[in-house]
Amino acid sequence: MIIEEIMNKDVYSLLPSNTVKDAIQLMKEKQIRHLPIVDNRNFLVGIITQHDLKNILPSSLHDHEQITYNTTLDKIMIKDPLIGHPLDSIEDIALTLYESKISCLPIVTGGKLVGIVTTTDLLYTYIELTGANKPSSKIDIKVTDKPGILSNIAEVFKKHKANVLSVLVYPDADDANSKILSIRVQIINPLLIIEDLRKEGFHVLWPNLPGIEL
Amino acid sequence: MMKNAVFIYSPEQLGYKFSDSHPFNHKRLLLTMDLLKSIGALSDDDIIPARVATDEEIALGHDVKYIDTVKKAGHGLLTPQQCEMYGIGTEDTPIFTNMHEASALLVGSTLQAVDYVMQGKSRHALNLGGGLHHGFHGRASGFCIYNDSTVAIRYIQEKYNARVLYIDTDAHHGDGVQWAFYDDPNVCTLSIHETGRYLFPGTGNVTERGNGQGYGTSFNFPIDAFTEDESFLMIYEQAVREVFDYFKPDVVITQNGADAHYFDPLTHLYGTMKIYQEIPKLAHKLAHDYCDGKWIAVGGGGYDIWRVVPRAWSFIWTEMNDLPCPSGPLPTQWLERWQSHSPVPFIPTWEDPTPLYEPIPRKAEIEEKNAQMLMKALHIIRNEHR
Repeated sequence: MIIEEIMNKDVYSLLPSNTVKDAIQLMKEKQIRHLPIVDNRNFLVGIITQHDLKNILPSSLHDHEQITYNTTLDKIMIKDPLIGHPLDSIEDIALTLYESKISCLPIVTGGKLVGIVTTTDLLYTYIELTGANKPSSKIDIKVTDKPGILSNIAEVFKKHKANVLSVLVYPDADDANSKILSIRVQIINPLLIIEDLRKEGFHVLWPNLPGIEL
Repeated sequence: MMKNAVFIYSPEQLGYKFSDSHPFNHKRLLLTMDLLKSIGALSDDDIIPARVATDEEIALGHDVKYIDTVKKAGHGLLTPQQCEMYGIGTEDTPIFTNMHEASALLVGSTLQAVDYVMQGKSRHALNLGGGLHHGFHGRASGFCIYNDSTVAIRYIQEKYNARVLYIDTDAHHGDGVQWAFYDDPNVCTLSIHETGRYLFPGTGNVTERGNGQGYGTSFNFPIDAFTEDESFLMIYEQAVREVFDYFKPDVVITQNGADAHYFDPLTHLYGTMKIYQEIPKLAHKLAHDYCDGKWIAVGGGGYDIWRVVPRAWSFIWTEMNDLPCPSGPLPTQWLERWQSHSPVPFIPTWEDPTPLYEPIPRKAEIEEKNAQMLMKALHIIRNEHR
């Protein structure tokens, strides 16, 4: 999956000449936490986050002259922020956000702002990848970490004409030589599949709750 | 004179049958009925025959094209490949002869129950052949072809213009009914089920609360595997009481899947007969408190058809009739009549032996997690009251 597929394309942005007050209002109105700053040709020149605004705002009890509120954004924005490209993979973007400890990335092509991705969008993608978007059961299988295993397991699902909706492979926390396969399958009665998997010598964990063995 | 309760049944309901080895087996109806007759709780006067739902009635909840496909498949006119996009011809929901007719009868049975209650001929009505809560508008799913509850609720809306509360205690999420009324503020769905982390259908998260006008009229209580009786009943009692009080329905439909039991092969909730004694008691009481008694109960899942379902479902009927909850030994003639058919030895008493299984290691944590889930799920109601 690439970022183009999940980014928000209707981006709310402001000009460097807009004020702090404008930024606060727009964030509140649209319920967003990040505002890219663009020039009048839509070229990205900076970014403002809700966090930055909170840091510069004085207590509302003291700022009678409203100096802060009338400050223009070019004075406080982060210039040359980290950016992403529409063709970046979701994995790359996730890594950038994680390592740089930031929560949003403007997506730029030819200098122009074309989208924005936040941690919320990445979480939604995670939910879509792991969740049940169609009625299905999930089967966890502990397997030896060696080639060919997935194919042997897929044979069993094929035999039962069961439609596999998603497959996740992740490390087994207790055993470096094995992996956990987590398979979402469109079936209410997985017992016949589980029975066949066990016959083939696979270790089926269903359900998989640490500390409880069935 | 108004009857207290009617029992909808026709032998043809057993025609909803995929194969001899399929886990969904309506022989359960026969076993339950025979058990109730053996203790003298059910007489022929109580039994009202099922009727076949018309195509127009089924279309209240289903796509006409889908109905047509089910008909053709059941008459041998389609291959499993041709039915694939309709969810039939799968290992879960194989094609069987006259599958439309059999399914239409189960829908009609629930409509029969509805008419008896809504026309004041009977306070309560029980159709154990119904409760096929996974059926979707244009697709079969999870052993369910037509969704009798969805059709029945639309039928109640059109014919009787009433607000319906649907309570689903099957171990699987009542997804078909929930999605059918997700936008409808006049139907409230409540489902208590094993979390979708592993179990079918995977949905039924607390965050599924309805949409648009219907926001706040879908309630989900996903409980953990190994929940056991106490935590199940705590969740059930609080959830059902508060949702009744919040929604104030005109009529209640309960779906009584009996697959949350320790013996059930498909689920992991580790319930015992205790939950099946309690579930109908509270439903009955609240139906009187809020709905002038109007209570329609349907069946649902339940895949240990020998040791679990007949006992569990009998409690619904005895409760509807204000009979004391049966206890002690099961009738000998019933045990003798059916033991040779059963692949497992019967539990010879109405209660389960204690303990039924080894203690669960993380019991306290599981109960704590369930309690936390309950708070989240009821948050929307409790906030309003503050």
